[in-house]
Amino acid sequence: MHISIRNLRKAFGPVVANNDISVDFAAGQIHGILGENGAGKSTLMKILAGMYSADRGDIAIDGRIVLLGAPKRALQVGIGMVGQDPLDIPVFTILENISAGIRLAGQIPVAESFDHWNSVLGFELDPRAHIGHITVGQRQQVEIIRLLITGSQLFILDEPTTGITAAQIDALFVALRTIANAGKTVLFVTHKLDEVATLCDTVSVLRGGILVGEQAQMPVPREQILQAMFGERNALIATQSGQHHPNGTVWKLTDVFMHDAQIAFGPITTTIAAGQIVGLAGLEGSGQTLFLRHLAGMQLPHSGSIVFADTPLRAPRYDNVFLPADRLHEGIIPSMNLVEHVQLLHRHLLATGQTSREKAIQLIADYNIKATPDMPLQLLSGGNQQRAMLALIPDTARVILLEHPTRGLDAYSAEAIWQRLQERCARGATVVFFSADLEEVIRYSDAVLVFFGGSVSRVLDCDALSEQALARLIGGVGFAEVAQ
Amino acid sequence: MNTIRLARAPLYAIIVSILLTTVVLTTTNADPVAAFTVLFSGALTTPSRLADMIMLASPLLLCAAGLSISFAAGQYNLGIEGQMTVGGVAAMAVLRLYTEGDSVVLLWLGAMCVGTVAGACWAGIVAILKQYARVSEIFVGLGLNFVALGISLYMVFGPWKRPGVASMSGTEPLADSLWLPVLGNTRATVVTPLIAIGVLALVWWFLRATQWGLEVRASGLSQAASQRLGVPAIRRTIQAMLVCGGAAGIAGALQVLGVYHALVPNLASGIGFMGLLVALLINADIRFVAPLVVLFAVLTSGSIQLPLSLSIDSSVSGVFQGFLVLAMIVARALLARKERG
Repeated sequence: MHISIRNLRKAFGPVVANNDISVDFAAGQIHGILGENGAGKSTLMKILAGMYSADRGDIAIDGRIVLLGAPKRALQVGIGMVGQDPLDIPVFTILENISAGIRLAGQIPVAESFDHWNSVLGFELDPRAHIGHITVGQRQQVEIIRLLITGSQLFILDEPTTGITAAQIDALFVALRTIANAGKTVLFVTHKLDEVATLCDTVSVLRGGILVGEQAQMPVPREQILQAMFGERNALIATQSGQHHPNGTVWKLTDVFMHDAQIAFGPITTTIAAGQIVGLAGLEGSGQTLFLRHLAGMQLPHSGSIVFADTPLRAPRYDNVFLPADRLHEGIIPSMNLVEHVQLLHRHLLATGQTSREKAIQLIADYNIKATPDMPLQLLSGGNQQRAMLALIPDTARVILLEHPTRGLDAYSAEAIWQRLQERCARGATVVFFSADLEEVIRYSDAVLVFFGGSVSRVLDCDALSEQALARLIGGVGFAEVAQ
Repeated sequence: MNTIRLARAPLYAIIVSILLTTVVLTTTNADPVAAFTVLFSGALTTPSRLADMIMLASPLLLCAAGLSISFAAGQYNLGIEGQMTVGGVAAMAVLRLYTEGDSVVLLWLGAMCVGTVAGACWAGIVAILKQYARVSEIFVGLGLNFVALGISLYMVFGPWKRPGVASMSGTEPLADSLWLPVLGNTRATVVTPLIAIGVLALVWWFLRATQWGLEVRASGLSQAASQRLGVPAIRRTIQAMLVCGGAAGIAGALQVLGVYHALVPNLASGIGFMGLLVALLINADIRFVAPLVVLFAVLTSGSIQLPLSLSIDSSVSGVFQGFLVLAMIVARALLARKERG
């Protein structure tokens, strides 16, 4: 299947996610689509998979222009997407899941087809295993076989190597090559340079919603790709980082192993100094969330010890603050308004509301929150919820843990948030955060920890790091030299 | 969500449940107009019937007020009947200490206090198992209802049985001087409704005007977020359950003191569950507690007249109340959906 995209544009409100993209994907090849987070890769893929409709532009399959309004339509024309988190029914077996997704399953010998592809692709799936009991990597394999059985001609894989083991990555690459050799088209979305270098036939780089240059046949020199991905921005990096001086130790980790359902890593032995801003850099899902949960005491290490402020950390420390990415779930109370939230923070016997109201109005002004004091927070936009949540960090917090602190905020608001955080830092608070935006990590951190492939780097001095160097490290290039 | 539009839900619900009950009545060849007349006014025709209605409404109000707090904390306290029962048993234990010449008022206060504490402890078991062992409060509460019923049956037929015979009618009645004073020739006392109204007022004030109430509501809406904001959410949730159990316990004690004048086998007699229906209906809006409690008490008392005057079984009021709760929940969901567009 040959895909031609012409002048494609997609905007979400004022944010232009894809701008005038024209590119061709030839059949029988694996096409790498590279770019930072927010570069517009996922949007482009979702348009192809029929999940979004484009504002402008055409998509042609083998020369014929098609309208892909809905995922069902995309599947009909043979476009299949392997999601980052396949939606399966956990209590069903692999085979039941595949059959459930195929209409008129009775007319296709699902079991035979499954065995066929399972052996052709070299997967070792047990069709009778329950989906709930297999790993993310195996679920991805199931998804690929399902698409093959339904006859997909275009395979879209969005960050498929996140959260799966090295062996599964190898198996995936072999399988994708087999699929391409069978004449099908594979789109491989990633921000890992090395993967494109090993696997792909062509590379297209997106930055800020536009295609940088043109699609190029691999191999392309690494420096050239980095240049395309990040532009000249490392020259512009502000000198704001490194202005806080370490002031004792907040956390001391000794031989810590961490794990959850998705990822396991360690051993980590490191110390985090007080009064600094520490950035966690790494591809999403490399363990940063888990790391933060451990620092907050919300999760206990599998082994090893974490000492917080000279005492072993064994239970959640709610005097620390931890802001999760899922803002409506754990950060705020959706149906309560800002006055009530302020009231909860500043505890008086009677909820008179007057002082809380004044304080809420103050916060609304300080953090540029677009809301009235009496508006339930669930009615606020995502960015405003984010601001409200940051505004609600108590003044007494000694430690502030943040996931994507400025995700969804425009540059101006992001800068305002960071000013507040730096003020907190200057008053002795320690900030640990992770962000998919490397520029943000470099600009605001005093020190950086890099997460890659199940391990964590030494504490790196941010002054000695450029964005490019950091980009290389999170992609694993040169990681061995900074590893513990 | 538009509260004005949502406030219409009870109106729709009442109309729909009247219609549905009419269908049930007509298909069984009963006269719906006559039946509804008796249902709605049967409790109000004579002073003694009015008194009975008040004596039903009072414990119901206590339970509903308590449940408003446990619901606000996000807990489904289905163990309320058991909490009421142990409150009655504990009160009875105190009252049995009475000998001629003791201060009656002191004994009343003692019985109410001990009943309250017993109900609170019974709810405390549920709350602690939920918060620290992650056992659903629904199942623990229901389970403990049976335990409480067992205890009361054991006391009635065992240690506290009437001299000579054990009887379903309960233990030996309390000495007349221990009965709460009644109004005129009726069975109504002033004490029970006054306590009930007082508890409702307290609950209202605590939930709306105090930091404690705000923290209880926050804990009920999101335990994780509340903890992030520094609220001792686990403690608040347990406290809310204790308050609810206490309200049920005092209701049980007052049933012994003011209604049965003895410990009877089925002390709670479904009042706790009816309180749950009220709590479901009010949807955390405590303004509706008193009107709904009165409505339910009027219907239930009125239905007693149905077999006498129309030969219709009194369970029709249950049918109507059931339809009302169902219609209310559906109406609220539909209106909320319409609101979202």
